[in-house]
Amino acid sequence: MSVPAGYYLILAAALFSIGAVGVLIRRSVIVMFMCVELMLNSVNLTLVTFARIQANLDGQVLAFFVIVVAAAEVVVGLALVVNLFRLRASTDADGVGALRA
Amino acid sequence: MSALAQQLPAGVEIPEIPWAAISPELTLFGAGILVLLLDTAGPRRRTSSVIALAILLGIAALAAIPGGAAPEIVALLVGAGVLQLALTLWLHTRPRLLGAVLTVVALVATIGIAAWQYQAAANGGMVGTESLLADMVAVDGVALFTRFVVAGAGILTVLLGFAYLQDRRIHRGEYYPLLLFTATGMTLLASAADLLMVFLAVEILSLALYVMTGLARRDMASQEGAFKYLLLGAFSSAFLLYGIALVYGATGTTHIATAGVALSDPGTPAGLVFAGIALMLVGFAFKVALVPFHMWTPDVYQGAPTPVTAFMAAATKVAAFAAFLRVFTGGMEQLAWIWVPAVSVLAAITMLVGAALAVVQDDLKRMLGYSAVAHAGYAAIGLVAVSEIGTGATLFYLLAYAIMSLGAFGILTILERRQRKAIAVADLRGLWQSAPSLAVMFALFLLSLAGIPGTVGFIAKFGIVRAAVDAGLVWLAVVLVISSVIAAYFYIRVIVAMFMDDEPAHLADAPVPPASAASTAVSVAAVGVIALGVLPPAVIDLAERAATFAG
Amino acid sequence: MLAEYLPLLLLFAIAVGFVGVSLIVAARLGPWKPGPVKAMAYESGIITSPETEIAGSRFPVKFYLVAMLFIIFDVEAVFLYPWAVVLRDLGWFAVAAMAIFILLLFESYYYVLRKGGLEWD
Repeated sequence: MSVPAGYYLILAAALFSIGAVGVLIRRSVIVMFMCVELMLNSVNLTLVTFARIQANLDGQVLAFFVIVVAAAEVVVGLALVVNLFRLRASTDADGVGALRA
Repeated sequence: MSALAQQLPAGVEIPEIPWAAISPELTLFGAGILVLLLDTAGPRRRTSSVIALAILLGIAALAAIPGGAAPEIVALLVGAGVLQLALTLWLHTRPRLLGAVLTVVALVATIGIAAWQYQAAANGGMVGTESLLADMVAVDGVALFTRFVVAGAGILTVLLGFAYLQDRRIHRGEYYPLLLFTATGMTLLASAADLLMVFLAVEILSLALYVMTGLARRDMASQEGAFKYLLLGAFSSAFLLYGIALVYGATGTTHIATAGVALSDPGTPAGLVFAGIALMLVGFAFKVALVPFHMWTPDVYQGAPTPVTAFMAAATKVAAFAAFLRVFTGGMEQLAWIWVPAVSVLAAITMLVGAALAVVQDDLKRMLGYSAVAHAGYAAIGLVAVSEIGTGATLFYLLAYAIMSLGAFGILTILERRQRKAIAVADLRGLWQSAPSLAVMFALFLLSLAGIPGTVGFIAKFGIVRAAVDAGLVWLAVVLVISSVIAAYFYIRVIVAMFMDDEPAHLADAPVPPASAASTAVSVAAVGVIALGVLPPAVIDLAERAATFAG
Repeated sequence: MLAEYLPLLLLFAIAVGFVGVSLIVAARLGPWKPGPVKAMAYESGIITSPETEIAGSRFPVKFYLVAMLFIIFDVEAVFLYPWAVVLRDLGWFAVAAMAIFILLLFESYYYVLRKGGLEWD
């Protein structure tokens, strides 16, 4: 009763696309961040699936590093958002200069 | 966990650690940690902790002798300990200066080690074109070349930034550790032989750069630039990573050379190959700022504190292109038919759009930001030539661009200190009368960026054109010339403002603050522009010999 | 194939049924006496202040700071799992490597501590 590996890859591709579209169309910087996280995590799913298919551990190791890097990115990002928020009291990306230019 | 254990290969091997080969990265990283700790501790604690560290280094040196380490390494450890101790005792009441001096020492040491490695490689010694550390790191020509450029750019950045940061009251203790961590990431990126290492190095340098961009916490432009850089940087990292995942899925390995061979095997699923290469291409195009993935560049260049912009332009570009070269030209040479047309088109659009958008800018930093985009397009031509000549041309171009941009942004740093606000073209009117030496040097850098004969910019462009023609990409050479003509317009416009306009701007009245360090850095860059423009063969030869990849 | 999912389906039905029945029984049998104290948001026994009560209102910046520090230090622990798996095979090399890693973590902890990142006032 195992699920075919292809399903995981398709799910991961769908999640990645949702994340990418989200970054491009959403306005709130927090949601944009969450979308980037979604992209990174879909990559993790892909990596782990391929690690299973290829029967070696490289993919899982890479996934560990991605998890840590994603956390570090969030921390730096949130620090910047908090500071931006204090400077202008809004988390609306449209207000952030010419971000859409 | 048991499933994990079952998947393990029978014997897990301990990789041999090539201390000598990765010593530049270790030096930079160690210095970064040290500077961070020294900044955190107060004056008294600083002295006592450094004494403890010197004792530790002495013990390490003593332990290294029976460990069979080379006498050079022992001498290095002892020397580092003594120097460190002396500097700290001397400067323990001036933490910023201590940080700056230690940073410069680490960067000089990096250049020294890289020179020694180059010497060893030239003599067929221990450091050759081979993969080390379980095939994670390759110390080859490209890596060594990048180490030189990054460390050199770092030294000039420290000199440029000291007084500027002090004036803007953003001279925070974290600046120097961040600079060193960025440099670590860059040199690591240039020597990454595994896609895992590429990803990690990109993130090390990016995370530090995001924070450096947002160093001016009260300045909205700086915060916006940093945030935009972070968001688009993470976005592009996700693409790069998805590409890496697909390549791994197709080949079962993340080692660049092995994966490249496996990818060109006709048995590999074509869909995965195409998608993987395309996604990695998008990721790298973001990092080196090729149109249409350049949107972050002008905002980040404009928002970041000017010395940071200078470092970003000079060093980040080299490191990102080095990895781009290694993965595409080096690793996927067999698959050139897939990615060369795509990168060629990107390069062509980049050259034209970058130059065209720079024309309409009034803020000088923003203008140079767009010009950086155009220059990325020029450098990318050497990449698509897929030859040793092309790789050498790109490397030399990046060196040339590093010197020119450090000089140009360096002048802006000095001018911004006078005016205490961003510089527009109109502010430069009559600069020739008030500060002739600055005006002459700025003109020199702009002429070099435009590619006028007699400067390094011309030689570099000439090399790129030669590589393009050699590879049968004449149309790209033609686009380069058109783009250069457009670009010449806005460089000349600035020069005209400085020399021809009689009516001096407000800037001309502002007093010139003494900035011997920054002036020295700019002068060094100016000398570099002329020297390499007049007698380049030695360096071009070096760049072409550096155009080798570890297999 | 489908039959293998039968236990899962049963479990699902039982779970839904249990929740539904308890809710209905509680609503029918229990006394219903609403009051201001009961309507208060539950914040682990801490009396809620107006600032934290409404979603989307301001939290003190310290809250984010501590949350971020927690995330970063917490996630680093992920490397301990693969390390633990191969520890026996690699021996002292692995111990030394992890010691360096933990030392670097402590270094950042020391930095945070000295910079006052963990002080509330």
